[in-house]
Parts: sequence; C-alpha cells; structure tokens
Amino acid sequence: MAPRPVALNRGAMIRGWPGRSAALALAAFLLAPLIAILWRAGGFGSLSTADWPALRFTLLQAVLSALCSAALAVPVARALARRRFGLRGAYIALMGAPFILPVIVAVIGFIAVFGRAGLLNSGLALIGVAPVSIYGLHGVVLAHVFFNLPLSVRLILQGWQAIPAERFRLVALLGADSASAQRLLEWPMLRQVLPGVIAVVFAICLTSFAVALTLGGGPRATTIELAIYQAFRFDFDLGRAASLSLVQFALVTLAGLAALKFGTLGGPGAGFDRPVARWDLTGRGLRLADALWLGLAALFLLGPLAAVIARGLTGLTHLGAAVWQAAMVSLALALAATGLTLILALTIATARRGWVELVGMAPLAASPLVLGTGLFLLIHPLARPADWALVVTLTVNAAMALPFALRILTPVIAGIETDYGRLADQLNLQGWTRLRWLILPRARPALGFAAGLTAALSMGDLGVITLFADPERATLPLMVWRLMGAYQMQAAAGAALLLLILSFALFALFDLGGRRHADP
Amino acid sequence: MLTLETLRLTQDDFTLSADWQVPTGGRVALIGPSGAGKSTLMAAIAGFLTPTSGRILWDGADITNVAPGKRPVAMLFQDGNLFPHLTLAQNVGLGIRPDLRLSAADKDRVQTALDRVGLEGMAARKPATLSGGQQSRAALARVLVQRRPLLLLDEPFASLGPALRVEMLDLVADLCRDTGATLILVSHTPDDARRIADSVVVVDQGATDAPVDTEAAFANPSAALSHYLG
Repeated sequence: MAPRPVALNRGAMIRGWPGRSAALALAAFLLAPLIAILWRAGGFGSLSTADWPALRFTLLQAVLSALCSAALAVPVARALARRRFGLRGAYIALMGAPFILPVIVAVIGFIAVFGRAGLLNSGLALIGVAPVSIYGLHGVVLAHVFFNLPLSVRLILQGWQAIPAERFRLVALLGADSASAQRLLEWPMLRQVLPGVIAVVFAICLTSFAVALTLGGGPRATTIELAIYQAFRFDFDLGRAASLSLVQFALVTLAGLAALKFGTLGGPGAGFDRPVARWDLTGRGLRLADALWLGLAALFLLGPLAAVIARGLTGLTHLGAAVWQAAMVSLALALAATGLTLILALTIATARRGWVELVGMAPLAASPLVLGTGLFLLIHPLARPADWALVVTLTVNAAMALPFALRILTPVIAGIETDYGRLADQLNLQGWTRLRWLILPRARPALGFAAGLTAALSMGDLGVITLFADPERATLPLMVWRLMGAYQMQAAAGAALLLLILSFALFALFDLGGRRHADP
Repeated sequence: MLTLETLRLTQDDFTLSADWQVPTGGRVALIGPSGAGKSTLMAAIAGFLTPTSGRILWDGADITNVAPGKRPVAMLFQDGNLFPHLTLAQNVGLGIRPDLRLSAADKDRVQTALDRVGLEGMAARKPATLSGGQQSRAALARVLVQRRPLLLLDEPFASLGPALRVEMLDLVADLCRDTGATLILVSHTPDDARRIADSVVVVDQGATDAPVDTEAAFANPSAALSHYLG
C-alpha cells in the first residue's frame, strides 16, 4: 500500500477563516490587557519591599503544595495501579471530581472539618489538645493538596499503566519480589513522571486565588494574586496592581513553560480501567498498606464534601432571595460562557492550523486576576467597571476554560477528519455543512464533556468577579464568600451546597446529554 | 475524456508519472503490486494530492487545482464510505446536496437509487445495522445520485467475500452502462479486471503506461505485468 495521501489544500483553506478570526480575537483579548498593564505599571518602580513576602509566599506555598501532592499521590496511584476492587471505577471517577468542584465549596468543607469549630478540633478538645488553625500557610497547602492530589494520582497512574504488563511478567519469571520490581520498573518510571507532576501542580498553585483569598491573607500568607486584589480593593492603587500583575505574568509564563516541558496539561482524562496484572504482591502487609492509602485518600477527599452536604442541608431551606438571584446570575453566566467557549473551541479546532491552536492554549499562561487587572485598566477610563463585572467574568471564564475544551476536542476532531475527511471532501461538505452533518454529530460526546467542564468551571469560579463587583452584583461563589465574611456560616454552607449541586448538575447534564444516544 | 498530461506525483521519496488518456465511457483497471502507487494516482485524480507537475483534464478543462468536491468525480474508498451517524437515505442524499436540503423530487431520486441497488425499505437504517455487502450497495446508490461522469473505485469491495465482490462488480458495470460513466478502479486480482474493465494500466516502480485492451494485455503480458502475475 502506498502511504495514504493527506487531505488537500483548498477546502481546508476556506475552512480556516473562522478559526483564524477566533484566534485573532482571543489574542487581542489576552494581549490588550497586558499592554494596558505594561503601560500603567511603567516598570517595577511602584513595588516596595512590602511586596517581597508575597512573592516568597507564592513560591513557598506552590513548592510545598506540589511536593506534598506528588509525594502523597505515589502510594495512592500505586495501590490503584495494582489492585482490583469493586469500586475501582468509582474511585477513579472521584479522582476527577475536584476538577469541577468550586473552590469556595471545598473551602467551606475544610472549615467544617479542620476549622476552629470543626470536627478535628472538637476531637482534639476531647483529648485536651489545643485547637489548630486552618488559616495560613498550612491551610493553603492543605487546600491545594486537596485539589491537586487527585490530578497527581491520575498522572502518576498513567505512568504506571504505561509500564508494559510483560515487564511485570518478566520480573515474576525471574522470581523477584515487590522490592525488586520497584527498583527495576517503578522507580525509573517515577523518576520520569514525577518532575512533570510537580511542575504542573506548581504552575496551577501559582495562580490560585480563591484559596489564598479565603484561607490565606495577612502579611504572612498573601500570594501575588491576592496582593493584586488587595492593591485594588483596599488601596485602589492601580499602578501597584499593574506592577504586581507584571510579576505574576512573568512567574506564570515561566512556570507554564516548565510544565509544558516536563509534563502535560492537567485536567481530567479517560481510560484507566485496566489494572496491571502483578505477580509480586503476595504479602498481606502490602495489601493492608494499599487499602490504608486508598482509604485515607478517599476520606481526605470525601470528608470535606460530606461536611458541606451535612452542614448545607439545613441551610438550604433558608436561602435568601439574594442567594437565589446570585444563583440565577451564575447559571446564566455559566451557560453563556459554555456557548462562547464551545464556539471558539470548535472554530479553532476545525481550523487545524498550528498557530491558531497555540493561541487557543495561550489562556493557560494568563492568570484571571492579571487579565482582570488589565481589563479594569482598559474599562476604567471609559465606563464604570462594576457595570461590566458580569461581561468581564463571562469572557474571562470562557477564555480560561478554552484550553481544556480544546484539549478534549482537538484530538477528537482530528480523528474525525482522519476517518471521514476525504469522504466529506469528496461529497463537497464544507464550512457549516461539514460542521452540521459530520463534526457535530460525531464529536457529540466530546462536545458534551467539554461543555460540562466549561459550565462547571464557570459556575464555580471565584476570581475576576471580586475585582469588579459592587454590592448589588454577585455570582453564587461570590455570595458564598460574602456570607462567610459576614460569619453567617449556616447560610454560607447552604449556598455552598446549592453551588455544589448546580455545578455537578450542569456537568452531568451536558456530559450525559452528549453521550446519550450517541452514534458509534 | 480524462487526460493525464505529463503528470508527476511525489510523496516523500516516492514518485509516480502518468501521461495517458481514458476515453469517455472507458473502464480502466489499475493493477500492480502493493505500494506501486495505484491509490496515489487515484488520490491525485480525485483531488486529494496536488501533483508536482503536469495537469489533469476532463473533457479538455483543466481540473488540476479544483477541490475534490467540485470535480466531476465520484469516489469510493477502501473503507469508510458511509457516515455511521447518518441513515442510508441521508448518506445517499449527501450525493445530491451536501446540506441535505432535499426537495420531494430529490427524495424520490434517493429512494429510486436505493431500490436500484436492492436496498428497498432500508432508507431509515443506519450503516451499522447493515451487512458489508449492503453497505457497499448503499455507497453505490450515492454514486448513482451523484451523477458524476467519472467514477473511481479504490478497492471498496476488498473486504467482501469473492462471490459478493463479483456481484458488486457486476452491479458497478450495470450502473456505468446505465449512466455512461467512465470508470477507473484499483484491482488486485486479474479476474476482477477481466470481469469489468475493457483496458488495464500496469502501475509498477513509479511508472504507468497507457491503457491496454484487457484481453490483449493478459494474452500477451508486458514484462511488468508478467512479473506481477508471477
């Protein structure tokens, strides 16, 4: 057989223009705020020595979070890789859940478990130990481990499953025990995988805002992202906010490049259904250790969720009108952001041009607060920023979700083109017709999944809205945070449960809608 | 008439040249060993591969740079000739209008084409519920409504059993007779070529010669052909 010719020229070029326009619009949306920041900051002059601790804390918490997540993920991933049990599929699905869990909901759960009046401290009080505080460095790191442990487990599990089963069979044939298997097979794999995991989690934690906002704060626990917010809200020092944004932009870009070099972009993946057959794991001690690790990790992940549900149930029936209104606003925003992201992702993924896709991934290098600062600087001279709070939140959320949607859609659409592109070309299916009769029906499960992720991410986002909103405007996550700030913990837990339900329901509806009656 | 004018095709380090014509209504079989470039030549005629040099003409009009869907060409590939998410009626309908906005008359044509290939009453079925032979028939029904004067078959029946393949080739021959279409097909077995083609082109080591009458070609094989036939 001669090699299969690649699809031609002309049709692809006509197909390219919506993708190119989308990429150009996105590039403008990302670059214009940056230029505004550069112009306003005028270098780093407005930074003072008081900003150094923020830089130090940002790096410290990110390093600690990355190291803890990776270290804890290794035994959990190992147990998942080598054990078969009934709920293994559900367990792996649980590992994907924190990706769409609103940060503020998890924080409420943390406070319920580890907070001053939480389960942990109540237990400690019984045995006469002084209460521990959730606020500060360890609280921030704990929350980051909560969000990134599952991601790390998935990435490391991939590494484990990439070891060919034959190798383990060979080790078994040689009569080697578990320790030798570790030395021969598992350590080399971990040495390869772990730098990537650490780099990815480090990059994610650099831009973390909502966790620092709720569990950090104060001069000793302020991230740069949080410092930008404080420069805005407390001092209204736009010059300093711009300078901090510049620092943050440099950090995130460097970390993003490192993450790209060492590892892969996080986000939920698929297909871990095959446990590796092993012959070197006969000891009862090993089995017990694996069960223990799996149990502890599940407890750590499910505990805060269970606490939110338990606390929220009573609050759920007493939600004020303001909370319901915020929920409606968030729902509308999430749906609009989903529509926008899907349109961008579809046009960019079907353009099938390298630079267009690269622009599509560029939001990974942006941080929401940096983007927000730049947009504020652009809008401020022209209009009241609060009037633009929802539009800005919508567009920033759509842009931030785009890389994940692209990661899901691009390979699927490339596969459709490989399988059916020539047939479609032959039948002159171009532009909208190709989308309508080929891409949309065949990519439906992937579209549903991408839409579900985008909707849930947007629903739970607590970021740029904090820069823009005035007291009359709120999304549901912002409302939860305000209730927390007003020490209305019961109402906050109720609103958090509502947010949890809405986020997961949006994800499930889109994801199931995409897969239901999908064609083979 | 299809004219390949000093055509030169390049893929990686593989090159193929062709400089010959097929008269309207002619039925040509491309035969030759695997990897000789039969599919590459088909891809170029269909518009999936831009020639390095030379021209492709249909009835004197240069179609070298025309997009695949705008050429006077209908083509069936080795596999994936039907969209699995569409019904047979939709798959066939795409041959009339790619946007599937079909008039009542168009729908009648789809129905007639399905009846013609022996798929009465299966319009609403999806390809996965059909046998391999039925899927081939549905693809042929689309070729029928496409009404393109040049039909290219890149071994679409290769996965069918011998009896079914012969049946399909006879159906293709009938359709070509009905519509007066010119046919070029890739063939691995001399029997297939004899059955349907009036002339053969031997593709070997990057070179192709002008079509030779089928019976004459097999009665008095060239060096390349006898090497291939063994």
